[in-house]
Amino acid sequence: MTTTTAAPTRIKEVGYISPRRQRVMGIVFLALATMIWVFFSRTTTGQMVTTFVMSPGGADPTPDLIFNTLPFLNVLATISAVIGAYQLVRGFHGKTNTMLGILAGFFVIAFLAWGAADKSLNLAGLLKVAVVRAVPLTLGALSGILCERSGIINIGIEGMLLAAAFTSTVAASLSNLWVGLIVAILTGALFGWVLAVFSIRYKVNQIISGTVINIFATGMTSFLSAKFLQKYQNLNSPGQFPTWEIPGLSKIPFFGPILFSHNLFVYGMFILLIVLTIVLFHTRWGLRLRSAGEHPKAADTLGINVNRTRYIATILGGMIAGFGGAYFTLGSVGRFDEVMTAGRGFIGLAAMIFGNWMPTGALGAGLLFGLADSLAGKLTILRIPIPPKFLEMAPYIVTMIVLAGVVGHTSPPAAEGTPYEKE
Amino acid sequence: MTPVLELRGITKRFPGVVANDHIDLKLEAGEIHALLGENGAGKTTLMNILYGLYSPDEGEIIVKGKRLVPKSPSDAIAAGIGMVHQHFMLVPVFTVTENVMLGDEYVTKGGLLDRKRAAARIREISDKYNLFVDPDAYIKDTPVGIQQRVEIIKLLFREADILIMDEPTAVLTPQEANELFKIMGNLSKMGKSIIFITHKLREVLEFSDRITVIRGGKVVGTTTPAEANQNLLASMMVGRDIELDVNKKPAHAGEKVLEVSGLTVADAHNHLIVKGVSFDVCAGEILGIAGVQGNGQTELVRAITGLMHPVDGKISILGQDTTRAAPKEIIELGTAHIPEDRQKDGLVLPYPIMDNLVLNTFYKSPFARGAMMQEQPIRENANQLVERFDIRTPSIETPVGSLSGGNQQKVIVAREFSRPIKFLVASQPTRGLDVGSIEYIHNRLIEKRDDGCAVLLVSTELDEIMQLSDRIAVIFGGKIIKILPAKGTTKEEIGLLMAGVDTETQTPVSQPVPVG
Ligand SMILES: Nc1ncnc2c1ncn2[C@@H]1O[C@H](COP(=O)(O)OP(=O)(O)OP(=O)(O)O)[C@@H](O)[C@H]1O
Ligand SMILES: [Mg+2]
Repeated sequence: MTTTTAAPTRIKEVGYISPRRQRVMGIVFLALATMIWVFFSRTTTGQMVTTFVMSPGGADPTPDLIFNTLPFLNVLATISAVIGAYQLVRGFHGKTNTMLGILAGFFVIAFLAWGAADKSLNLAGLLKVAVVRAVPLTLGALSGILCERSGIINIGIEGMLLAAAFTSTVAASLSNLWVGLIVAILTGALFGWVLAVFSIRYKVNQIISGTVINIFATGMTSFLSAKFLQKYQNLNSPGQFPTWEIPGLSKIPFFGPILFSHNLFVYGMFILLIVLTIVLFHTRWGLRLRSAGEHPKAADTLGINVNRTRYIATILGGMIAGFGGAYFTLGSVGRFDEVMTAGRGFIGLAAMIFGNWMPTGALGAGLLFGLADSLAGKLTILRIPIPPKFLEMAPYIVTMIVLAGVVGHTSPPAAEGTPYEKE
Repeated sequence: MTPVLELRGITKRFPGVVANDHIDLKLEAGEIHALLGENGAGKTTLMNILYGLYSPDEGEIIVKGKRLVPKSPSDAIAAGIGMVHQHFMLVPVFTVTENVMLGDEYVTKGGLLDRKRAAARIREISDKYNLFVDPDAYIKDTPVGIQQRVEIIKLLFREADILIMDEPTAVLTPQEANELFKIMGNLSKMGKSIIFITHKLREVLEFSDRITVIRGGKVVGTTTPAEANQNLLASMMVGRDIELDVNKKPAHAGEKVLEVSGLTVADAHNHLIVKGVSFDVCAGEILGIAGVQGNGQTELVRAITGLMHPVDGKISILGQDTTRAAPKEIIELGTAHIPEDRQKDGLVLPYPIMDNLVLNTFYKSPFARGAMMQEQPIRENANQLVERFDIRTPSIETPVGSLSGGNQQKVIVAREFSRPIKFLVASQPTRGLDVGSIEYIHNRLIEKRDDGCAVLLVSTELDEIMQLSDRIAVIFGGKIIKILPAKGTTKEEIGLLMAGVDTETQTPVSQPVPVG
C-alpha cells in the first residue's frame, strides 16, 4: 500500500467533474463563439476598419490602434470555437472557470471591435471612465467585506453612501473640502455604529437593520435637500477635489493616464484595498476579526471579545462607506442631488459577493461592473441599437449567476447574520 | 501535597434545574482524573465554570493554592487551564497554525502575523508529545482524529498544565481513541494534570488514575480503577443496576425492505465517496454497517434517506423506487432516521422540545387540523415521550439546544420511535449517551426488530455492531467488502476487514482512500 499504487485512484477521484457540467459549459463556450460569428462577423464586410483611440485625450502621445475588423472577429470566433470543442470533448476540469473568463473577455473585445467598425472608439477613455465608475462600487464592497468578515451583514451600504454624500456637501460648502471629507467619514462611522447597536445589542435581524438605514437615509436626505439645499444654493456648492497626476507614473504610455491621472478617491480606493488585504489576512486583529465571523464560539473560548470585535469592524466598515459617499459629491459632480447614489451601494454588495468576500476580488468585480457602466454610456455615441439599460442590468445578472452556483461555490463567512450569545 | 486544582462547593442553577449542586473535586499534579456521570449530570457545566464560560452561583476555585475567579476564558487560560470542548472549537476555513495561534498570536516586529514561527512551535510540540499534524493543512480537510490533536496542541501552545477534555473520544474511532490515550499518558508523565469526561467505562478503567462520579449535579463518590469495575461504575452513575450485555433472540428475517444496488454517491466536491455498493435489509433483522469513520457511511445513509442524490445505482424501499425521492416521501413510506449529526440534521436547536418531537408528523392529525397547529395534542405527545424516554429537561418548552448532549439524542430517538415504522436507519444512535441510555436504546432497537421492522445500523463502535447486528457488512474505501453473519464472526475478523484486509486471503482488498 505505497503511495505509488494509491496515486492513480486519487487522480481519478479528484478529476471527477460531473459530465453534465462539463457538457453544459462546453455548450456555453460554443454559444459564445457562435454569437461572435453570427452577430459580429456576419454583419461586418471585408473593407471595414476598426479604430481604437489609445489615449483618453490630452497630451498623451500613444498612437491609435487601427486594424481590419472582419479578420480580427473571425480569429476570435475560431479560437473560441476551438476552446468550446475541447471543453465538450475533453474538458478543462479545474480550469473551466478561467476559460469561461477568457471567453467572456473575447466576447467583450469582439463586441467593441464590431461596434467601432468604420468608426473610432476611445478605448483609453472607456477604461479610464471604468476605473472612476469602479470607485464607489469597490469602496462599497470593501465596507461590506469588513463588516461581513466579522459576522455582521451590512445591507445598509447604499444608505451610508447617500448620507455621507449629503453631509459632506453641506460641510464642504460651509468650510472646505477636507472638512467635508472628514464629516463624510464620521457620518459613515455613525451609521456603522447604529447598525452595530441594532444587530449586536438589540439582536435585530441584520437585513432589517440595514434596510432601515437605507430607508432612513433616503428619506432624510431627500427631505433636507428639498427643504434647504434647493433654497440656499450656497449650501450645495462644495467644489471638487482636483485631479492629481502622479509624476512619472502618469507618463506610462496607455496605462499612465488610465490609472495615474485621477483625484483622491481613486488613489484612496487602491490604498484601502492594499491596507485591508494586509490587515485582514496578515495581522492579529484581522485573524481575530475573521474568527468572529466564522466561528464566534471558538473565538470566545480563546478569550477573544466577539462583540467588541464586531462593533469595531462595523464602525470601520461604515467609515469606508462614508469615504465612498463623499466620492459622489466631492469627487464627481460637486453637488448633491436627491438619491444620487442610484443603487451603487447594492452593486457594491454584488461586487463583494462576486469577489467572494476578498478585497482583490471586490476590486476585480468593481472594475468589471464599472466597465459595464462606462460602456453603457458609449452605446449611444457609437449608435449601437442596444438599450443602455441592458448593460446597467449586467451587474445584477452576473451576481445572480454567481449566486446560483453556475461559476462555482462562493464562501460567505459562516456565522454572518447570527448574533453571538454567550448563553 | 496540595492539589493543582481544587473545586469547593461549586453550585450552578439554570432555570428549572440545579446543574451543579455543591460539587467538590481535587485534581492532583500529573494525574488523569476521569469524570463520569449520566447525560445531564452536570459535567460540561462544571467544566465550563472552571474555564470561565459560566460563572458559578456559589463555591470557589483554587488553582495551585491561589483563588481563581475566572470571568472569561482568558482568565482561565492565564491560570494555565485549557479545555477541549465537547463540540470542537475550530474554524474550518483556517489552517491548523491559524487555529492554534488564534488569541495568542505570534507577530513579527512589523506587527504582521508570524505564521512561520508559530508553525515551527507547533512542530516542536508535536514532536515532543507525538502529536503528528500538518501545520499548513486546513481544518476543513482534516479528519476528526487529527482535529482532536489540533485541539490538544492549542492547549499546549498556551502552556496549559491543567487540561480539561470533555468527551474527547465520542467522535473518535477505537484506534484514534487509543492513540489519544497514549498521548494523554505522555502528557501526564511530563507533569500535566488532566480531567477527562467520557461515557465509555472501559476507557475509564484502563486509562485513568482516579474516577469521580456525579449524578444529578452531586458528587456520588471518588474511586480508583483498581477498586472499581464496569458494573459498579454503571450503577454508581445511574443509581440502579445496568445490564451491560444485550439479550436477544434469533432473528426471523422476512421479506426484503431495503434493496440497494450499484449505489454510487459523490460529495459536494464531486469526489466519489460511495462506489457501487449493493446490499439488502430484510424485515425483522438488523444489518450492521461496520467501518472506520469516513469510509462512505455518511454519504451512504444520506443517499438512502433522500438527503443526497446518488450519481448512479438504485435504491428501493418496500418495493418502491426511492433513488431520487424526497426525504418526505421516504418518511411517508414508514422510514425513520436517527442522523449522525444530531445538531445539524436531527433537531431545530432553538425550538422547544415539544415542537422538535413532532418535526416529522406535525402536518398530520392530531397535531394539525388543516393549516392550523393543535397545541394540546402536541403538548400531550411531548409529555408522554419525555416520560417514556426519560428525557431530562426542566420542561417541554425548553429549547432543545440547551439540553445536555445525551438528552438531545434522546429527543430524536423518541420522535423517530413514536410512530409506526417499517424501516429504521440508525446512524451512531448512542454516540455521547451514558450507559443507562445506551441500554435503553439498544433494547428499543431489538424491540423494533422483533416487531418486524428492518433496521440498518451504522456505527463506528465495533462492540455495538457486534452486540446488535444479525448480519454485518464491512465498508471500506466506499465499498462494502464483505457481508457476514454475526454469529460465529469474531471481533478480530471484523477489525481486520475494517482496516481493509481480507481475512481469508490476508491481502489488502483495495487501495485506501486518500483522505482530504
Ligand atoms: N445554557 C443552559 N441553559 C439552561 N440549562 C442548561 C444549560 N446548559 C446546561 N443546562 C442543563 O444543565 C444540566 C446539566 O447539563 P450538562 O451539559 O452539564 O450535562 P452533561 O453532564 O455534560 O451531560 P452529557 O453527558 O449529555 O453531555 C442539564 O439538565 C441541562 O439541561
Ligand atoms: Mg456534556
